[in-house]
Amino acid sequence: MTGNGQSHAIVKGFTFSAVFWLIVGLVVGLWLAAEMFYPALNIAPWLSFGRLRVVHTNGLVYGFALAGIFACSYYMLEKLTRTPLVFPRLAKAHLYLFNAAILLAALSLFAGLNTSREYSELEWPFDVVVVVIWVMFSINVLGTLVKRREKEMYVSLWFLIAMVVTVAVVYILNNLAVPVSLFKSYSAYAGVNDANVQWWFGHNAVGSVLTFPILAMFYYFLPRSTGVPIYSHRLSIIAFWSVVFGYLWTGAHHLMFTPVPEWIQTVALAFSIFLIAPSWGSVINGYYTMNGNWEQVKTNYLTKFFLLGITFYGLQTIQGPTQALRSLTGLFHYTEWVVGHVHMGTMGWVTMIISASMYYMIVKLSGREIHSEKLAGVHFWLILVGQLMFTVTLWIAGIAQGAMWKATNADGSLAYTFLDSVAAMYPYWQIRFAGGVLYFLGILVFAYNLAMTARPKTAAA
Amino acid sequence: MSIYEKPVLFAVAAAAVISVGTLVTTFIPLFMPSTQPVSPAIRPYNAVELEGRDIYIREGCNNCHTQTVRPLRTEVARYGDYSKPEEFAYDRPFLWGSRRTGPDLARVGGKYPDSWHYQHMSDPQGMFEKSNMPPYAWLAGRRMDTSLAVRKTAVLGYGYGADEVGRQVETFRATVTAPGYLFAQARSRVTPESLRAEITEMDALVAYLQKMGRDLKEFRNKGLAMVQTAEAAEAGNPYAGSKKAEEEGEAIFKANCRSCHGEKGKGGVGPSLEGKKWKYGGTDAALYTTISGGRPGGMPAFEAQLGKDRIWKVITYLRKLGKR
Repeated sequence: MTGNGQSHAIVKGFTFSAVFWLIVGLVVGLWLAAEMFYPALNIAPWLSFGRLRVVHTNGLVYGFALAGIFACSYYMLEKLTRTPLVFPRLAKAHLYLFNAAILLAALSLFAGLNTSREYSELEWPFDVVVVVIWVMFSINVLGTLVKRREKEMYVSLWFLIAMVVTVAVVYILNNLAVPVSLFKSYSAYAGVNDANVQWWFGHNAVGSVLTFPILAMFYYFLPRSTGVPIYSHRLSIIAFWSVVFGYLWTGAHHLMFTPVPEWIQTVALAFSIFLIAPSWGSVINGYYTMNGNWEQVKTNYLTKFFLLGITFYGLQTIQGPTQALRSLTGLFHYTEWVVGHVHMGTMGWVTMIISASMYYMIVKLSGREIHSEKLAGVHFWLILVGQLMFTVTLWIAGIAQGAMWKATNADGSLAYTFLDSVAAMYPYWQIRFAGGVLYFLGILVFAYNLAMTARPKTAAA
Repeated sequence: MSIYEKPVLFAVAAAAVISVGTLVTTFIPLFMPSTQPVSPAIRPYNAVELEGRDIYIREGCNNCHTQTVRPLRTEVARYGDYSKPEEFAYDRPFLWGSRRTGPDLARVGGKYPDSWHYQHMSDPQGMFEKSNMPPYAWLAGRRMDTSLAVRKTAVLGYGYGADEVGRQVETFRATVTAPGYLFAQARSRVTPESLRAEITEMDALVAYLQKMGRDLKEFRNKGLAMVQTAEAAEAGNPYAGSKKAEEEGEAIFKANCRSCHGEKGKGGVGPSLEGKKWKYGGTDAALYTTISGGRPGGMPAFEAQLGKDRIWKVITYLRKLGKR
């Protein structure tokens, strides 16, 4: 076994940091979901929706998902290169700095220090810290790759490299700003360009944080946990390069019908449709890998996570381009539909893959079997049913709301006031909250199961 | 040796691959006129409106309210004219949002009186039982800190000096705190006694809301042609006497005017343009007004079609016809 105690501690550290930020982010999410139908929960100013929503999104994308990605990246890096991390102490500093930064960043967002630019809300001093953290991580990734003992790099490593490069480029360019004080800055771009650059970032944050590394995990942990090699190496090559190429063109599909030049919107739409092909390249690669081994969905507690995860990735990558079509975006955009879409990706794809990868790693690192396969099953079903209840409800809500906005009377006047469309949402919001609660319970089971698997051996004896 | 065995080369290749889409869809547009149009109709935020905008950002209003009206029939019917790129020239950052938990606000300026906003912001549910907007009464209990206003407007390049910023803040304070202020009653109801003589965060936010989309509305109300005329009268024809503009003007005339006014302006469906007699006046400003805004009885408006520059070139050509 490559790696050493030091890097094991770092992987475990990031794993449990991720679980911690996941629980925090979900508690905030539940609070927000309840605020939608019970506005008295907007306790001013810290818990009002406008401030709290950014704590939820940033906490889960940058607290939970990134910590999970760092954990899995360091783990996969050592395994796939058969080389220990070149700078384990740097990785340790990375772990501490990361958690301190997430904590302070969350507090700053609570306090209303934000740039308003979606998924890029942190004010400039935090942006600087994020860059420092990213450099620390990148040095270890590239350094270990250069020193590696395994000659050829496996597909998971390609996705890690793509993530390292893309995050650096989009994060830095998008956050260029002129400070006016320690916690206030104005974007370097104005109006239409600011929107265009911001959504180029927004979409590629999804690509390089919630897609590339998650695919890296999928390509690594699925074969490791099932013992079946990935179906086609050639397919993964094609899928990789076309996803990485295509992603950067599609940001403006978030800006359909806005004042952004029409050609940018159309190009974004065209590339979004193109992306269905490589995205499904990975989905099909996953399905064919399991061809002849489907019984593992029942016998191996991890397989179902990976297969459902990649299925939601497949659905997500069809739904995304479809809802960007002009005829459909006219109905869906700005409604709960899009919120449902995002949550299928995050609650279905991202969290399914990350939590299964964590089970695998913690079992290996602690040198014992999982605490309870049964609980892992409970975890799986709770987050699956919770997520479906959540997303399907919001899709229906979105169609209803979009239709109400568009409905007209015989004389062409509007059939509903805006408030009518709000009032109609209350039952959906309540069901969505219930779905969120189920999901949260599943995550609590996961956290317990993982912690019990990782507990020191002496305590267990 | 394949690229899959060379991590550094691989990273460079990945960077090259991601830069193609980036260059085409984000970098090059930065320098295109279509992404940064300016319009005489749109003015930058004044210092107080800007402070209000920063409150809007701080409280994350953009998480529930959009600021772009899409060019869809029912959307225009609900909110007003669809959004134009030039309206956002001074917006750093943009605040278009991505979700309408509440309605779009791009055209909210002037839609309701200030008193409506004071009351609604303080107690949304009191006004609309089914509203789920958070109450913001507490903003009226906070003094607006304008100490960074000079720096802020300087960074944004709005072109105000410190004196101008001071004047804007003081004028606003004097307006909303005056006993004769039209909405004094509504303001006093939500503002604590101790802050009634000062600008509160609520005041600034209301000022920002009232600015949104208002420039374009006012511009329209005055009439596009009227404003252009005022400008035209002041500036005069920049191409007066230019042979080159005359030739270009002739080409524009042929493509757009000849069908009615005839070959070389000899007349047809529309009147002859020869000689020095003009139905609506022959000054630069009058000619400009006629072409840009149209005239009753058949002359269409060409402002949207031709724009200022080409209208002046046509006028240059018309002067040549006028000499005959």
